[in-house]
Amino acid sequence: MSLFKKRNILPVRDSHIEANLANSKIYAKNIKKIYHSTKGDTLAMNNVNINVLENEFVCIVGPSGCGKSTLLRMVAGLDEISDGEIIIRDHAIIGPGADRGMVFQSYTLFPWMTVGDNIKFGLKLRKIPAKEQEEIVDKYLKVIKLEKFKNSYPKELSGGMKQRVAIARALANSPEVLLMDEPFSALDPQTKADMQLLMRQIWQVEKPTVLFVTHDIEEAVFLSSKIYVLTSRPGTVKKEVPVFLPYNRDLSLKDTENFINLRKEVNALIDHSSI
Amino acid sequence: MIKIKIRKKLSKKNYLLLAITAFVVLIAAWTIASVTGSIDAIFLPNPTKVLNYYVEAIKDGSLLENTSISLYRILLGFILAVILGIPVGILMGTFQKVEAVVRPLCEFIRYMPVPAFVPLIMVWVGIGENAKITVIFIGTFFQLVLMVADDALSVPDDLINAGYTLGTSTTQTIFKIIIPAMLPRLMETLRMMIGWAWTYLVSAELVAANSGLGYTILKSQRFLATDAIFGGIILIGILGLLTDRLFAFVNKKLFHWSESAH
Ligand SMILES: Nc1ncnc2c1ncn2[C@@H]1O[C@H](COP(=O)(O)OP(=O)(O)OP(=O)(O)O)[C@@H](O)[C@H]1O
Ligand SMILES: [Mg+2]
Repeated sequence: MSLFKKRNILPVRDSHIEANLANSKIYAKNIKKIYHSTKGDTLAMNNVNINVLENEFVCIVGPSGCGKSTLLRMVAGLDEISDGEIIIRDHAIIGPGADRGMVFQSYTLFPWMTVGDNIKFGLKLRKIPAKEQEEIVDKYLKVIKLEKFKNSYPKELSGGMKQRVAIARALANSPEVLLMDEPFSALDPQTKADMQLLMRQIWQVEKPTVLFVTHDIEEAVFLSSKIYVLTSRPGTVKKEVPVFLPYNRDLSLKDTENFINLRKEVNALIDHSSI
Repeated sequence: MIKIKIRKKLSKKNYLLLAITAFVVLIAAWTIASVTGSIDAIFLPNPTKVLNYYVEAIKDGSLLENTSISLYRILLGFILAVILGIPVGILMGTFQKVEAVVRPLCEFIRYMPVPAFVPLIMVWVGIGENAKITVIFIGTFFQLVLMVADDALSVPDDLINAGYTLGTSTTQTIFKIIIPAMLPRLMETLRMMIGWAWTYLVSAELVAANSGLGYTILKSQRFLATDAIFGGIILIGILGLLTDRLFAFVNKKLFHWSESAH
């Protein structure tokens, strides 16, 4: 409810129209980020333009330190934008909110709550009726295939399981967009591949709008429908690469010629000179 | 059998065995030293004399009376420090504006030796119960605020951010994320602080009291009654150990979910 109120009091933006016409969920225009510190100012990113459409799965790749996390945090409302603007559907960002769910690289489950209560957290805040809360929790436990762990505490889960619960917790809140910052980078290769497949399946069924940051090009190609390649610092969009691959994907896709070619194409775009 | 000794796990049984042995050796050494007369009884009383002292003191009721008055002072001073110190500490660890005001003050005051405050406190609040409670309060409060602030700061940024992206407001973030996340560390802090409270209790009672365990020790010194001094010191040690174990037990039960719990 409060979300609607917030939206109504926001000033009208010119960019609304432009964004709405394109059915845009995240519309970032001319984003600039400067970090101020005692050693001087750092221009982290400049002139970044990004457009994520409804139900799209968009990946951002780029060399380390190019500002991928910063961009995601700005969309989440956790970091100040130095210049430019980001519009979420039709409103400007004034801080973090439940409309932008996020999954972090580090494990962020609330350790004092069971898996079920973690997933329920956002629903409780929004005062959803108790019965409905239970239904939503059960639904997402099923989606992440952890029904048996509803009453477990996070410390009893493996890294992959923790990230699955984090995804369920974010999705259960039915956000406008789901932001993910290298959620699988701490996992072993096998678990990582399983998680990628699960993520793709979730997306095909639930159709969330996803903005996903990774430095793993294979992951980006496998998951997304569109990839933004950023340059090294100061980060800016080097190229927007559409991913023309089959809609229904499984891990065998990674061995096909089309996949490998696209992976190579994206890899060639990445600035490897920075290291 | 591999030969790694550093941080090698010891079974619970062996751990307890070694701990008890340490106490037994200490008491044995004491007994031998005093019974053989190698150390004068004025300096080191015979353990049986200390035991006798306990029996006497329990009989005439003075032990119970002094212990309960000391416990009362400690609890009141400590609870006061906790009630005021925890909110201030949490605010300080959450808002830099509060930190800028409170931290320098606390850092400054905590280096002032508490016993030196005792005469001043006597001038301020007299020599009644309030004086001892004030000493314990001053001794623990400033340190507590700093430690609670650190506990609040130890909550990872991304845990707080996760809360935000699930829809928490500032107030909800404090009560639903920061406080529950810091609770295990907070309780450990309290466990440490109550140990300090015992120290300040004795400071307070050595100077400004006519009852309590600290006072008993001081009074015994005038009569060179080392058995009573020993009795008082050991009793304080035991009471301290008991409160500590109680805290440890409660923490383990309460925070079974904690990742660092063992
Ligand atoms: N708090 C900060 N203060 C100053 N500079 C910062 C701060 N946070 C990030 N930066 C700088 O901004 C740039 C972008 O950082 P960011 O974390 O967004 O990169 P990234 O693309 O996510 O890198 P990685 O792939 O290593 O995660 C980096 O060069 C970093 O040094
Ligand atoms: Mg990053």
